[in-house]
Amino acid sequence: MGLNEIFIIAISAIFINNFVLSRFLGICPYIGVSKNIDSAVGMGMAVIFVMTLASMVTWLIDAYMLRPTTSNIFYIIFSAKEPPDLTYLKTIAFILVIASLVQFVEMVVQKVSPSLYKSLGIFLPLITTNCAILGVALLNLDENFNFIKSIVHGVAAGIGFTLALVLMAGIREKLEMAPIPKALKGIPIAFLMAGLMSIAFLGFSGLKVQ
Amino acid sequence: MSLANEFTKGFYKENPVFKLALGLCPTLAVSNSVQNAIGMGAAATFVLLCSNVIISLIRNGVPKKIRIPIYIVVIATFVTIVDLVMAGFAPSLHKSLGIFVPLIVVNCIILGRAEAYAGKNSVFYSFIDGLGMGIGFTFALTVIAIVRELFGDGKLWGIPIFSANFEPVLLLILPPGAFLTLGLFLGLFNWLDTKRSAA
Repeated sequence: MGLNEIFIIAISAIFINNFVLSRFLGICPYIGVSKNIDSAVGMGMAVIFVMTLASMVTWLIDAYMLRPTTSNIFYIIFSAKEPPDLTYLKTIAFILVIASLVQFVEMVVQKVSPSLYKSLGIFLPLITTNCAILGVALLNLDENFNFIKSIVHGVAAGIGFTLALVLMAGIREKLEMAPIPKALKGIPIAFLMAGLMSIAFLGFSGLKVQ
Repeated sequence: MSLANEFTKGFYKENPVFKLALGLCPTLAVSNSVQNAIGMGAAATFVLLCSNVIISLIRNGVPKKIRIPIYIVVIATFVTIVDLVMAGFAPSLHKSLGIFVPLIVVNCIILGRAEAYAGKNSVFYSFIDGLGMGIGFTFALTVIAIVRELFGDGKLWGIPIFSANFEPVLLLILPPGAFLTLGLFLGLFNWLDTKRSAA
């Protein structure tokens, strides 16, 4: 595994398969928290942080608790005849891990850095139901990424999300003043803008990164 | 609280997608064909129905502080059932919906109904509410999918509708088309609302 491959994963997660604009993950916070740039940046940072952690933890759980390999923890502890295949539990296991991870991160941040908690804190509880987090964990499995690649994919997906979110917040701050039809104010115009941004991001699919 | 009202409110008045703007990720992602839309709608309706009933059954025994994790476990259980059943009986649909099947877990409509309705109301009403909301979600998905598939691909349910001369608007089945179609629909519903309240 070369640096080259890692670079490809990062570029394609940020631009070509942008989580928001081409995979449609994390739309709720994308529309909900993009009204001003400051909160968009805060949300973005929180998502990058949690996505990275979630990629790590879910990869470890999948490799050492769910997959039927000889390094499966349950196989070792209970010295079973053959390794148990628990992969059907992945949805339940991952969502629980992500929910408790978010809760844990919230408590740690609150204790260690109250100032960071003030700026990130309100976004953390929202992240549990952000499908981008569970999405990145599931995609890591689908793509058969190893540990390092999963982490890179997690960070890059978070950066891609933040990029789309902050760009959108910049546009929506300007839209406040714009004369738009009354029926389109608010969420509808946000979707139309997202559509235009998505067209722009389609351009990146011309990048040949093989 | 009338039974008919609880059932029909999900169709238009409190339509989860068009009115409450919930569950937008699957709405955008799987509305590229009518088949996908109805498959996703059915899967989500099943999960919504079952989780509403179970959560309503256990609502008095659940401690307030840890209710969200408990709701999530209930929902995740039914999602796993749907995931396995769909992989077994409709493998092609399962493949084209991809990660959006396990992602029904984080569909905000389902947790939203658990929190806002099933946790407070009786089993029967929760069942009706889940059914109504599920049908409303499926309806919204299908409407968007019809527009996208018809004009983006020239087909409906995989069957060609237009003559061979029809040039499909390819953009509509690509990701931007999802955003644009949903945005215009949300605008249309806003406009209908203002017209209705003015009249």
